[in-house]
Amino acid sequence: MPRPPLRLLELLRPLDRKLLRDLWHIKGQALAIAVVIGCGVGMYVMSKGMLVSLDETRRAYYERYRFADVIAPVKRAPDSLLDEIAALPGVRRAETRIRAGAILDVEGTSVPITGQIQSLPPTPSPRINDIVLRSGRYFDPQHPDEVLVLEGFALAHNLQPGDHFHAILNGTKRRLTVTGTVLSPEYVYSIAPGELVPDDSRFGVLWMNRRALANAFDLDGAFNEALILTSTGSNEDALIDRLDQLLKPYGANGAYGRDQQISDQFLSNEISQLKVMGRMLPPIFLLVAAFLLNVVVTRLIETEREQIGLLKAFGYRDIAVGLHYLKLVGAITLLGIAMGIGLGLWLGQGLAVLYMEYFKFPFLLFQAPPDVYLISVGFSLFIAVLGTFSAVLKVMRLQPAVAMVPPPPPDYSRSAQWIEALARWIDQPTRMILRHIYRWPKRSAMTSLGIAMSMGLLIGSSFSLDAMIYMIDISFNVIDRQHATVNFIEPRNARAIHDVEHVPGVITAEPFRAVPAVLRNGQYSRRQAIIGLTDTAELSRVVDLDYQPVDIPAEGIVLSDKLAELLNIRSGELLRLEVTQGRRPELDVPVSGIVKTYMGTSAYMDLHSLNRLMKEAQSISGAYLLVDGQRTDELYRSLKNTPAVAGVGLQEEAQQAFFATLNESLGTFVFFNTLFAGLIAVGVVYNSARISLSERGRELASLRVLGLTRGEVSYILLGELALLTLVALPVGAGLGWLLAWAMVTSFDTELFRIPLIIDASTYGYAALVVVLAAIGSGLLVRRRIDRLDLIAVLKTRE
Amino acid sequence: MIPRMPENNNPDFAFHAKGLTKTYGIGQSMVYALRGVDLEVPAGELVVLLGPSGSGKSTLLNILGGLDFPTEGQVYFDGQELTAFDDRHLTAYRREHVGFVFQFYNLIPSLTARENVMLVTEIAENPMSPEQALEMVGLGQRMHHFPAQLSGGEQQRVAIARAIAKQPRVLFCDEPTGALDSKTGIVVLEAIARANRDLDTTTMVITHNAGIADMADRVLYMADGQIQETRSNEQPLKPTDLSW
Ligand SMILES: Nc1ncnc2c1ncn2[C@@H]1O[C@H](COP(=O)(O)OP(=O)(O)O)[C@@H](O)[C@H]1O
Ligand SMILES: [Mg+2]
Repeated sequence: MPRPPLRLLELLRPLDRKLLRDLWHIKGQALAIAVVIGCGVGMYVMSKGMLVSLDETRRAYYERYRFADVIAPVKRAPDSLLDEIAALPGVRRAETRIRAGAILDVEGTSVPITGQIQSLPPTPSPRINDIVLRSGRYFDPQHPDEVLVLEGFALAHNLQPGDHFHAILNGTKRRLTVTGTVLSPEYVYSIAPGELVPDDSRFGVLWMNRRALANAFDLDGAFNEALILTSTGSNEDALIDRLDQLLKPYGANGAYGRDQQISDQFLSNEISQLKVMGRMLPPIFLLVAAFLLNVVVTRLIETEREQIGLLKAFGYRDIAVGLHYLKLVGAITLLGIAMGIGLGLWLGQGLAVLYMEYFKFPFLLFQAPPDVYLISVGFSLFIAVLGTFSAVLKVMRLQPAVAMVPPPPPDYSRSAQWIEALARWIDQPTRMILRHIYRWPKRSAMTSLGIAMSMGLLIGSSFSLDAMIYMIDISFNVIDRQHATVNFIEPRNARAIHDVEHVPGVITAEPFRAVPAVLRNGQYSRRQAIIGLTDTAELSRVVDLDYQPVDIPAEGIVLSDKLAELLNIRSGELLRLEVTQGRRPELDVPVSGIVKTYMGTSAYMDLHSLNRLMKEAQSISGAYLLVDGQRTDELYRSLKNTPAVAGVGLQEEAQQAFFATLNESLGTFVFFNTLFAGLIAVGVVYNSARISLSERGRELASLRVLGLTRGEVSYILLGELALLTLVALPVGAGLGWLLAWAMVTSFDTELFRIPLIIDASTYGYAALVVVLAAIGSGLLVRRRIDRLDLIAVLKTRE
Repeated sequence: MIPRMPENNNPDFAFHAKGLTKTYGIGQSMVYALRGVDLEVPAGELVVLLGPSGSGKSTLLNILGGLDFPTEGQVYFDGQELTAFDDRHLTAYRREHVGFVFQFYNLIPSLTARENVMLVTEIAENPMSPEQALEMVGLGQRMHHFPAQLSGGEQQRVAIARAIAKQPRVLFCDEPTGALDSKTGIVVLEAIARANRDLDTTTMVITHNAGIADMADRVLYMADGQIQETRSNEQPLKPTDLSW
């Protein structure tokens, strides 16, 4: 005889069968909760995994290609000094090289391209700052015009090994030949000085044979940068001091650690943003999920009161019954965690692809370490159990005799005075709504709060776009209003401004002086270029908190707020300046003002007093230009052929690159934020509607029997949710502002400060998403109201 | 509303039903709740439906009240075929013409007695005032109490006030005294009888309690999904004279 088929359910103990059926019964709600948990876990897995992956990739990359721990730029030092550097305590290895700026000219590109060029030894064996050859070959030391170029630059200009382009090296135009493309740990984030985002078409990095580069820059037998690998456990600050001492006679610019290196700074910035995101956002999702679990389990327990009493009467122990409900919570949570891990891995891999476009690693694999998963599981379960603990405890404490008596009807007699005052003027359904909200104030408040959180989340995660756009607007249209910035190779006599004024296409030119210095206040010190501006400066200006131009006093120095914070100095106090150029004067100057900047750090002085301080004749480092938009091609051609020009910065292009980058990432960013916030809103509204429906199904069916239409009955349930959603909107706006504030505070780095700017449209968009999500879940529940079984409801007592 | 059908427009009958059958389930597990019920209910009468549990009383009442559909057969109310109505028209029918009273009162716990009545008077065409309706059931003094503050009998009387406040053409009561003791039950039945008398409302009361039948103009005995017997009372008793 054939054996009957084995049914899975029959293998389970009866209580577990009940669990599965209960779960199936509340599947919609269970799924909604699991999705909210999934969003939180997914975001955590993505951000934490990405963080670890980036960190690990960076570490491995730096180690394998021996990225310098300390970099010591000088004006010119003899090669023989290398032995002395290598002998300093804490130095594991030292190497010297030549590094310089250049203007590049690639056929088909009219704008001048900012370039960086550095030397490599004749054979491919740099011991520090090695390169990754991606295509072609190492240059031939016999051919001084052969160079390796950064891969991104080559791709942007479609340069292949064997192709040619021009570069102005130390005032001489040279035709160079590409032999290969490379990646370098120095240029993971390849950004031109003063820019916001990488733009491979306007920033090129070249590597040239040491001898050829030395010839070009008159540095035979000399170097202008020392690279150092430190021995483990050595004191980097002490080493930097020793290096500065040693290199002082050679025009030392101040040695600095890897953490001050621009590419690494941007990378660290990104990592810390991921850190903030991974810490701040997932808990919000989990809190909402805990609340939803609490509501659902509490309601389930209410409807199963008699069953619980029965189980206990039959001899099930309190702990077994309690555990039964915890299992239900656990099952929903585990489902959410599984969904979240899947989502996190998927998002993480997508993000890794996105990152590979901005961060030029030879490899970047998204890989979350096991503890990410362990923490996801542990933390989610913990929060879930925490959220439902009181309800489960109630189950355990329930006396069987009490449980089997049906609960009395809910008492609405103690309603609020103001509701009753109001009730005079409103119809019965609206009264039902108000009294119901008041009868369960905690749950109503939590529902509103849950909806508000979803809105806050959306605002908090998308406001940064408003802030960035604002920051760019202020930076480019209020502070730096010039169209272009021209930097000279060497400081030139102030009269040189007239030469610049006569370059075709230039409308006006304003001079500036930039002087590298170390600013010191007690134990705090920073390497910082001091910018000297004329008192009539109209293009690049210094502005105060209200964006009003600030006059730079004839005496003293004006610092940006972040710089003042880093130096721990206040207005009126004395700051030590150690200039690392020219005669290297050192003196104390008063801080005469502190101004607001959003990008980088800056220090300003009056041009004349800066020159006086330098004990030099009136000289300038470059000029800010206002340009005739019709004649830019002429201007660019002319600048590319001016030997004295070391580099040109173009505001318009910088802005464009910024917005292009923003637009690329914007779509995905907004999509996911909207999705996540929408899911929370749906989860909260849907759950609360379902709970209300379960509690009030009988009431609503009775009303249908009395002749109220489907619409009128739906109004009672959905009107309540609409009201709670309405209340949630201003609260959500407030929460969004708070979240934005917290983000702004934690993103405050040397590179960027994000202003706390939230556009009205961002509030509006968030409100719209929340309202639409609420309407969507309302419609889902509305379908159930329409299908209320009138007769079944009338047959039974509650 | 649906156009009237002249051949059935007999003003003497509030309801007229032919061949009502109601089945649940299919195949082997099919259950007959009604097996071909024919019925005429004269306007203004108080009809009591008697019969054992499961005999199909509620099913019949729900179909007449526009809450349920028969599997086969037609119901005419005031000459219009109810069984041809869609949900929207049935809702309108209940709203305008029908009052319901149930065993478990089905009051809205978040509304006071008066507000529960207003729920209906607000949407009815020609209602009496909620106060008047509550006076009729003897609850003029308890208007502002919530259901949780009322006894079972009082709750049921609120339900009756709610059902009659719209001055319905028909009043359906499904075991209105089923959850009450006999003393309280009589007070409730008095309220129902008064509505039938004073408002000239055609009234159908379900009970499995034969004693109550003595207050009816007409008694229908149901068993096994069919009306087994119809009896008219020449001298209906007042509820206070009933005993069970
Ligand atoms: N939803 C349903 N599914 C199956 N059978 C039903 C359903 N509703 C009622 N019945 C059956 O129909 C018959 C008549 O029920 P009902 O009209 O409620 O009886 P009464 O009110 O006279 O006690 C009963 O046998 C009952 O089991
Ligand atoms: Mg019945």
